[in-house]
Amino acid sequence: MSNPQAPHNEWPLWEVFVRSKAGLDHKHCGSLHAADAKMALQLAREVYTRRQEGVSLWVVPSSQIVASDPGEKSMYFDPMEDKVYRHPTFYELPDSVNHM
Amino acid sequence: MSQQSIKVGDKPELRYLLRIADSCLVLSQRIAEWCGHGPILEEDLALSNMALDLVGQARGLLTRAGELDGQGHDEDQLAFLRDERQYFNPVLMELPRGDFAFTTVRNFAAASWLRLLWQRLQHSSDAEVAAIAGKAVKEAAYHQQHAADWLVRLGDGTEESRRRVEAALAELWPYFNELFISDAVDAAAAASGLGPAWSSLHADWQAAMEEILSEATLAAPKPSRYVPSGHLGIHSEHMGHMLAEMQYLQRAYPGGVW
Repeated sequence: MSNPQAPHNEWPLWEVFVRSKAGLDHKHCGSLHAADAKMALQLAREVYTRRQEGVSLWVVPSSQIVASDPGEKSMYFDPMEDKVYRHPTFYELPDSVNHM
Repeated sequence: MSQQSIKVGDKPELRYLLRIADSCLVLSQRIAEWCGHGPILEEDLALSNMALDLVGQARGLLTRAGELDGQGHDEDQLAFLRDERQYFNPVLMELPRGDFAFTTVRNFAAASWLRLLWQRLQHSSDAEVAAIAGKAVKEAAYHQQHAADWLVRLGDGTEESRRRVEAALAELWPYFNELFISDAVDAAAAASGLGPAWSSLHADWQAAMEEILSEATLAAPKPSRYVPSGHLGIHSEHMGHMLAEMQYLQRAYPGGVW
């Protein structure tokens, strides 16, 4: 796939997500350059799973990721600072409930 | 002081295993020469990973070959202390790494061949060989796919990539004949159930090759009658140079370990 923002002759960038074992979520672990999706998947396997890190891979064109603007960080995230009541920490948990 | 060379016996089952073990070992060495020279960082790693898979396959078979030989030689001694004529890999494996197109064509041909071989060796009468094959067949399947994708990209790519892959095909084609030789060693392995006669792999290999060449919009070169003799220990001029580099450490520092 072509990426109009990539410099001439440079392959597009892909983000790599690895699931470390069945049942866990895919986690972002890095990025790589590849000419297309098929190559991106193979190279992700070569670069990011060579030490048995994964059982499943996702690759996503970096250009398809919509990111929040670092300049709007304070507007986006600071209002949450003083709202501790949103954490479910005010409940008494029975002893028999694990993993909370 | 340098390390003395060792010699292996001439039992057919030993020679049969060494032909395959040495193919993996020598091809691994050639692919490993790409380390630090790959066209892109990611492919550099892919080639190194492939070389490590192959050296792992060679280790298993060399260990088994050492047991069959009965002279007490371990995998390291067999890998590093034999002279040129005691290696039995087809010449294809020892040819210099060439450019990336050359490496891609050779890797596809070799991986397709090894995949067929490992598939059959899973049913070897030798339980250890069968176990090694069970692991190796998955590795070879991946190597084949990876090389296939590149072969299609290069063949059906730019003018230059096509020119290079065509040149590689023309240069390598005559060497493929040696992957399907028949002789007494081969016949003994087929008779005892140790492994398949190499000639029995030819039809499937040819089909895999034709399929990918057609996808890559490439034509197979004309058949050649040349049959190299690496499987008999008679190698190309490149083998000695390659071994000099490969064996240097063990020869100069006998028994040296990591």
